Parts: sequence; structure tokens; C-alpha cells
Amino acid sequence: MDIQFISKYLPMYVEAARLTVFIAFIGILFSVLLGFICSLIRYIKIPILHKIVDIYIELSRNTPLLIQLFFLYFGLPKIGIRLSSESCAIAGLVFLGGSYMAEAFRSGLESIPNIQRESGLSIGLTKMQVFLYIILPQAVTVSIPAFSANVIFLIKETSVFSAVALADLMYVAKDLIGLYYKTDEALLMLVMAYLVILLPVSIIFTLIERKMRYAGFGNQSSF
Amino acid sequence: MKNDEKILEIKHLKKKYDDTVILNDININIYKGEVVVVLGPSGCGKSTLLRCINGLETIQEGGIYLNGEKISNQDKKMHFVRQKIGMVFQSYDLFPHLTIVENILLGPIKAQGRDKKDATQEAEKLLERVGLLDKRNSYPRQLSGGQKQRVAIVRALCMHPQVMLFDEITAALDPEMVREVLDVMLELAKEGGTMVIVTHEMQFARAIADRIIFLDQSRIIEESTPQEFFENPKTSRAKQFLNVFDFEVVKHSDSNK
Repeated sequence: MDIQFISKYLPMYVEAARLTVFIAFIGILFSVLLGFICSLIRYIKIPILHKIVDIYIELSRNTPLLIQLFFLYFGLPKIGIRLSSESCAIAGLVFLGGSYMAEAFRSGLESIPNIQRESGLSIGLTKMQVFLYIILPQAVTVSIPAFSANVIFLIKETSVFSAVALADLMYVAKDLIGLYYKTDEALLMLVMAYLVILLPVSIIFTLIERKMRYAGFGNQSSF
Repeated sequence: MKNDEKILEIKHLKKKYDDTVILNDININIYKGEVVVVLGPSGCGKSTLLRCINGLETIQEGGIYLNGEKISNQDKKMHFVRQKIGMVFQSYDLFPHLTIVENILLGPIKAQGRDKKDATQEAEKLLERVGLLDKRNSYPRQLSGGQKQRVAIVRALCMHPQVMLFDEITAALDPEMVREVLDVMLELAKEGGTMVIVTHEMQFARAIADRIIFLDQSRIIEESTPQEFFENPKTSRAKQFLNVFDFEVVKHSDSNK
């Protein structure tokens, strides 16, 4: 193990990690937004839109991210749309993440028994109020485990972005291996870098989950 | 207790799911301060009747009127109507993510736009009456079934409804808890609350009702005072129904007592 090599190229990893985290953060933020809108459209069954959402979700979940990126990076320029590596990466991540997030929210929304809606209506709330004050808070809590699994999954998926020439962690590692043949050191740093990013995320979500359970949601069987 | 002021009027109500008729030609008038108990075998449409009154079901024929105003199939303004009709369900259905007091205040504050301080005061007074003031900041899962059901009643009461609908609210409780919930209802009746009750507790029905309505196979079969209904039912169907609740004594050792 070449410690000197590691310390020499560590700053490159830090830089790449920063980029990875940045892309992941923006991508996941918009994924959540898109997913939330999609699950709402499906939940209230807006006529034509919900069919479109269905198609989008199937398309996005059943094609690999790599292919989606190739389509964005190499396909779109053929019809005159040229995206930078960063925009491509973010667009790809949102296209994939949106459907996963939509499904996570849907599982939450569908887990709330209909009688909750009815007892909300029966105290004179409007449908909108029932959704905001009764369905949504419970649904979000139920979705959190699926939601956090998706966040971790999407952060890991960023390793594909080197394919569209984004200088992320994977890209740097491959670069160093290609230049210096220091495979062990480069890969070790790569794994460590992902752990440093992902472990805190994982721990934070575990804490959030515990906190939400404690607040009185845990016992679903009490309905 | 009852007077001549008609609060709720049901005229020729017909409810169908596709081709299955659930309620057929139902006519009921409910007067202010009256306690009406609806009895009948499972599947006779008792619960559906309450759900129709509260607008949770659309109806196919006839109409339901509250203070002379038509309230059936009025989707747009139904939330205003429901503020005047309280409903308590079999499975309590408190909102699990809110504390007891928040559960009660959601309606008065969000639906009726009442002042938070006033509403809180009233909620606490009502909680005290049902003996649950110390639970005000607990979550529903920390309460027993009977306690939850009493909170559900308070939640409906806090809206100042003109009519209260009770849909088999003791059916999911064990016997000791049944009592504490029924006591709350008896007290409401004494105070002159207008109530429509669906129940399988015959003794309770007899004690609380001003009038019994017996439903079977989607129709009103019999309508009379509790005394008449329980002691001298007019129809054979009602007799048969009531027989289910009498048991012949089979233990010889007990029969001598």
C-alpha cells in the first residue's frame, strides 16, 4: 500500500466527492419534487396525466440509468440539444429518481386506511384539508424507510456518471488506475469516499425514522 | 325530551350499489332531542343509512333534509353539512399522528375557523366530562379502546352538531369498556341531544331510545316505542330477531334459582 500515493491524490478525491455530493443533492431534491407530484397525480387520478405518469414510471424504472444517460448525452445532440456533463447527470438522476420517489410516496399514501379519510370528512373538513392535515403527514411517515433507501440508492447510482465524462469519484479512480496502475490504492480510496458520504446519510435517516415512530405513528394496528 | 321541531327528514330514500338495493323507500322523521335507535340484522343497511345521512354515500332516489334544506348528493357543500352532523364510527378512527387534544381541535379550528383558545377550553371541559383530561397530550395508541371511543365522541361533540350519528360504536370493545362508552351516550341523551344510534346492545337500545326503527332486507319493517318493540313486536320478523338474544337455560343446577 503506497501511503504517499494516497496522500498525494487525496485532494483529487475530495474534489470529486464534492462534485458527486453536489450532483446527488440537486438530483435527489428534484427527484423528490417530481416523485411527489407524480404520486399526487396518481393518487387523485387526474384524467390523462395519470396515464402519462404511469408510462413514465414504467419507462424510468425498467431501463438502466446508464442507457438513460447515453440517450441524454449522445442521443439528444443529434436533434440539436446539447447538454453539459453536469446537466446530463442531474437530468438522468432526476428521470430515474422521480419514479422511485413516486413509488415510495405512493406506498405511503395507499397505506392510510380509507376510514381515516372518512372520519376527517365527518368532522366537516374539506377534501383538501383532509389530505393536508390527515393523509399527508401519516403517508410521509410511512414512506420514510422507502424514501431513505431511495436516497442511498440514488447516491450510489452517481457512480455511473463517469460514463458521460463527469469528473466524479468513479472517474477519478479510473483515471488514476489508468495512469499509474495503483489499482489497490485507487479503489480503496474510492470505497472509503463512498462510505464517508453514505454512512452519515444512513445514520441520519435512521434517527429521523426513530423520531417519527416515537411521535405516535408506530402502532398501525391501532386503527 | 322530544319536541315537534323536525331536524332531519328522510324521504323515499333509495340506495343501490349497481343492481344491489341496500336501502329501499326509507322514510324517517327525526325531531329535536329525539333518540332514535336503528336495529336490524347484519347487512340490513343500518350503517349505510347513517353513511347516507352524513353524505359519505350518494343516494339514488329520494332525499335527505336537515332543517328543511336538502343535504343528499350535495358534494360541493357537504363539508358544511357535516359540521352540523357528528358521526362516530365503530373503529374509533382517531388520527394517530395527532395528540388527543389536537384530534379534537382539528375540526373546530380548521373546519369552523374557531378561536384556538376558546376551542381548547371547550375541548378540555368535554374531556374532563368523559374523564380523560389527563390524556390530553397522549397519542391515540396510548389509550384503550373505550378511551379512544370516548375521545371520538368528544371530537364529534366539539363541533356542536345538531344531530349525532353513532355507528355500532361499541362493537369493537370488550364488555367493561362498552359500559363506559354507553354511559357517555346516556348522559348526552339526558341533556337533550338528538341522536341516531345503530347498535347491537339490546338492553342499551331499550334504555336510551325514544323510538326504535327495525330494518330488514333494505326496508323499515317496524317502527315503535322501545317498550312496544321489545315486549310486543308487531311483526314476526322482529320477534324472530329478538329471539336471538334470549337463551334457554340449559344448566339444571342454575334453573332452580
